[in-house]
Formats: sequence, structure tokens, C-alpha cells
Amino acid sequence: MAILIDEKTKVLVQGITGKQGRFHTQQMLAFGTRIVAGTGPGREGEEVEGVPVYDTVEAAVERHGANASVLFVPAPFAKDAAFEAIAAGLSPVVIIAEHVPLHDAMEIMAFAREKNAVVIGPNTYGLCTPGSRCKMGIPPNTVFSPGPVGVVARSGTLSYEIVQSLSAAGLGQTTVVGMGGDRVVGVSFVDILKRFEKDPETRAVVLVGEIGGTAEEEAAEFIKQMTKPVVAYIAGRSAPPGKRMGHAGAIIERGRGTFESKVKALREGGAQVASMPWEVPDLVKQALG
Amino acid sequence: MKFYEYMAKDVLRRHGIPIPPGRLATTPEEAEAAAREIGPVAVKAQVLVGGRGKAGGIKLAETPEEARRAAEAILGMDLKGYIVEKVYCEGKLDIDKELYLGITVDAGAKRPLVIASASGGMDIEEVPEKAIVRMHVPVPWGLSPYMGRQLARRLGLTGSLAGQFADILMRLWTVFRSYDAELVEINPLAIVGERIIAADARLNVDDDALYRHPDLPRVSEATELEKKVRELGLAFVQLDGDIGIMANGAGINMATLDAVKHFGGEPMNFLDAGGGSAAEPTAQALELLVEKGPKAILINIFGGITRCDEVAKAIIRVKEEKGIPMPLVVRLVGTNEEQGRAMLREHGIEAFRSMAEAARKVVELARGGANG
Repeated sequence: MAILIDEKTKVLVQGITGKQGRFHTQQMLAFGTRIVAGTGPGREGEEVEGVPVYDTVEAAVERHGANASVLFVPAPFAKDAAFEAIAAGLSPVVIIAEHVPLHDAMEIMAFAREKNAVVIGPNTYGLCTPGSRCKMGIPPNTVFSPGPVGVVARSGTLSYEIVQSLSAAGLGQTTVVGMGGDRVVGVSFVDILKRFEKDPETRAVVLVGEIGGTAEEEAAEFIKQMTKPVVAYIAGRSAPPGKRMGHAGAIIERGRGTFESKVKALREGGAQVASMPWEVPDLVKQALG
Repeated sequence: MKFYEYMAKDVLRRHGIPIPPGRLATTPEEAEAAAREIGPVAVKAQVLVGGRGKAGGIKLAETPEEARRAAEAILGMDLKGYIVEKVYCEGKLDIDKELYLGITVDAGAKRPLVIASASGGMDIEEVPEKAIVRMHVPVPWGLSPYMGRQLARRLGLTGSLAGQFADILMRLWTVFRSYDAELVEINPLAIVGERIIAADARLNVDDDALYRHPDLPRVSEATELEKKVRELGLAFVQLDGDIGIMANGAGINMATLDAVKHFGGEPMNFLDAGGGSAAEPTAQALELLVEKGPKAILINIFGGITRCDEVAKAIIRVKEEKGIPMPLVVRLVGTNEEQGRAMLREHGIEAFRSMAEAARKVVELARGGANG
């Protein structure tokens, strides 16, 4: 079970012939991901790590039945690549690139909505279902372990930090999803929480948020209806207003998106909120009983 | 990237949105000449921070002589940390009513959002919710003229004013799209007799889209250090404390600041050395941090793809080549972490596995420095 990806996921790597695409293809294969094909315009007929390369997504789908895609394509070309994957019916479509223009992101999400595709990112590390040995993206292979905890986060290294601490405490994961650090991204906390709530293998959920925007407040509303326990950690308690803390979305603007507002909303929604990242595993253990 | 008011106004003018006559001035004499040409003017400081009126950055002048004195007072003024280098002298308007009109991105809805109000002139955040009308714009079809007419009706505008409003909104939408804007805002949008005029303007362009706008002027509000760090592809934010911080990734960076505060320390900065934690950016970022002279430095690295021994090597190189005079605490986990920590210890650098312990230690060392 788990969510979004599993052993049936046949992964396409768009931009497989680039330096990043090549390296992460090797890493994903080492993890166990079923990568069936790659694309690199003008590179049809080549192989990368034994994976056949095509000019178009259409060809990769026809020949290998790819049903999901991860994009290692530079930001200026991400919109076209995402459109190609969505048009071919692939889902999820994982956009790793940072600095995708905001207007491009809005267009990608509109097209995804029309085609019923799930988009992860942009500016994400991707997602991973440890029990199925399926990873789409760039997180280190060593942090994951299979188990009952669903994890959804906005940021990368902080996810690794928390996932590793869960694994070290014997708390494995069903699926770990990085939504991406940009303002406009594909899936929201609520989209993922809904899936974890329905997934029979997931018994508790960890939500890793940060200052800026209102995604955590919206999540808090949904948590009220959930039957599964949620443990949250929000980064950025000490961030000053008006400053962009690395992520395009991590900014307190005009009094909105503050740490206090998010923690309050999550507590009222019924989530346990850790004040420091290293407190998360204990709270999850307590929640699981 | 934020545009100065005079630049944003110029964009509106070129897209057919009515603006008052105005001239840019960098000296009191130029302001005087502008007023002689235009008549009574408002002399407005050109800075990228809001609230300049309250802070004394806008003065009214009836005569050219008054305009010169107003410019003398405003030029060189420190407005919230920004020194005023230019003033915009703009023809005074006899405003009957002030509206608000803006287009921004609603991140949650993933669509552009038009915001309008019949109560303009103040910060839109201070306008009561019932006085604001909002309308999402469908992607990819964009704004239709009917939406402008509908908004005008909801604001209580009729006749020629309603037509002008709808026309301005369509033109503003063109600006929003063609400039890859994050925000375009006219506040106030002034009703002057039978005409509607943009009395102020803001235009923020998406930094990530600047590559496809090579002709736009580049405006930066970053400090020198922030600029330098950005050139290295890193993200830096200056804070008020005395403990230098560096981590790889935005989220873990924020968490590191929070941890230092948790143990009673005050972070000097936010510095993201990149999620990949490559050795070279790590070294360059550390050199910058050392130059800033904090009481102690904490480096928090979760080595995913890059190996921890490479990161340790970069840190040791900086220590040996440039010197690190203040106490340095490193938290290093991930690929080859044991090796990395051992290398650091050999060079007298405290290395931890636990983020909590590292944060506690750096606060202790910074305090020790303060007392000794």
C-alpha cells in the first residue's frame, strides 16, 4: 500500500543524460526503484546506467509503459518537460528543479488539474516508499526504513534529519513526501494528509512545516477530521518578518505565515507539536501507544 | 525584484494606464525645475520599503522653491535603513476618492488573484474584510473584460468610471503577465473628477523569471554581503545576534537558528550552503562567515549526496589557509560521517553527531567568549 508510489511504479527519468540525471538515476537504481526509461532530446538510442534513452516521453511510454516521471531538467525548461509528462498521462510528476518561474508553476498546476495528474514540487527532493524500495528524487538512500509512519514536509535536509531520527528510533515510514519549498507547488499538506488517512498501512503522520504561507493552517483544519495521530514540527520560530529564509515560500509577509499562527492552528486541530526536531520520534512513539 | 515607484509608473504609462505627470530628481535643483514645469507637486522618496509617508518621505510643495527645500530634506534621508538617493516629483491631484487595485498570486489556489477595494490609500491589510472584493483569474485563459466590469459594479462604480476601471484592470493584467510579476498594485487608484488615475504603483517581478527579461533594469535591495553570497549561489540573511550559522538546506537552517535560540543563544545570520552540501560552496560560505567576526560559529551539515569527509576537508582547508579565530562547532552526519568527525577532531574542531548537543555547545562557547 503506502501512497502515490510503490513496486508497480514504472519510473521515467526526464533529463537522464545530464550530470544530475545520470547521478541520481544511479542512486535511485541502487535503492531499488524500477526505472524503465529516460529522455534526453536528441539522445535516443543511448543508455544511461543500462536505462534506454528516448527523445520523447511518448516513445518511453509506448515502449516501456512508464507511468510516473521524475524531472532532472533545468528550471527554464521545466514547464515544457512537465507538460510533456502530464500530457502523456504520467502521475506523479516530480519536479526537482529550484527557481522555476512562478507563472510557469501556475500553468503547470492548471494543466495537471485538467489531466488529473499529481505534481510533486517544484523545488523538492521528491518522494520515497521504503517498503516498496521505490524512490523518485534525490534524498540519501540511507535515511529510510519501512514502517507505519507517513511523513510530509516542505523542506529537504530537514526531512532527512527527521526521517533519519525516526528510523534510528525504530519508526519506519510508509511514504515520505517532499512537497517543495516554492510558493506554488503541486500537492498540499491536505492532499497528502487525505491519502495517509485512507492508507491502511499508515498509523501516524509527521508533518514538517515552516514559516510563510498558510499551508499549515489549512492542514490544521483537515487534521480535525483525521482519525490518525499527527505530530508536527515547524521551522523558523526565530525568523524575522519580511526576509526570505532560503525557500521562496519561507517568508513572513504582512503578518501572515508566522510560527505562532501555525503552531496555534495545529494544536487546535489536534496535532502534537514538537518544539525541536529531535523531539519528534518520542511524540510519534507516544501517539502510536 | 521590486521596482521603484517611478519605474513601476513608467511601466503603467507605457501600457496606457493614466498616471500623474512626474519627473525624477537626484538633486534639489532638479526637483525645483520639475515643479516649475509641472506646477504644485508631491516630492516622494524613492525607496523599496513601505510606510514612507508616515516616516517623512513624502512632502507637498506648492512652489518650485518649496519643491527644492522638500528635496533637500528628503534626499540623503535614512528611511528604515535605506538612504534616499532619488525623489519623484509628481503633479498634485485633487482626489475625490481612493480605490485599491492589485493582482497577486494566491499560492493556495495556485492562481492569480485580483484584489480591489473602494477603501484605498491605506495598506490593504488594514482594510476591513467586508470592504475587499477578490476574484481568481483562471489559468491559462486569463482575465476577461467582464471581470473588470463585475468588479467595478461590486465597488459601486457606474458609467464612465466603471468603464475606465475595467479598462485599467485589463491593462494591469497585461503588465502582470508580461513582466512575470509576483505583485502589481495601484494604491491609491484615485478618482479625480471624472477620471481614474494611478497615484502610486508597485511592481514586483519574480526573481526566477528575470532570465527571460534581459532588458529590465536590475534593482537590488540586498546589502553588499547579501549580494556577494548570492553570487556564490548561497542564501544569506543578516540577523541581530553573535553566533554565526551555516547549514545545508533552508529548512534545516531555520531549525538550526531555532535550536540556538532554544539554548539561549542569538544567531547572527541565516546561511544556506545548498541542499547538496558540496565541499566548495561550504568552504566559500565558511570564509564569508569568518570575515563577519561572530563570537562562535555553528556548522550543521546533513551529508546526503556529498560525503562528510569532503565537507570536513573543506572546513580544515579554511582553518589552515585563512584561519578561524573564533570557536567552531560542527555537527556532521550522513555518508562517511565517522571519518569526517575524526578528521575535524584531529584539527581541534569540535564535531558532534547530535544537533541538540552541537547547538548547546556553540551557545556555551559564545557565552564563554563574552565573559572572557
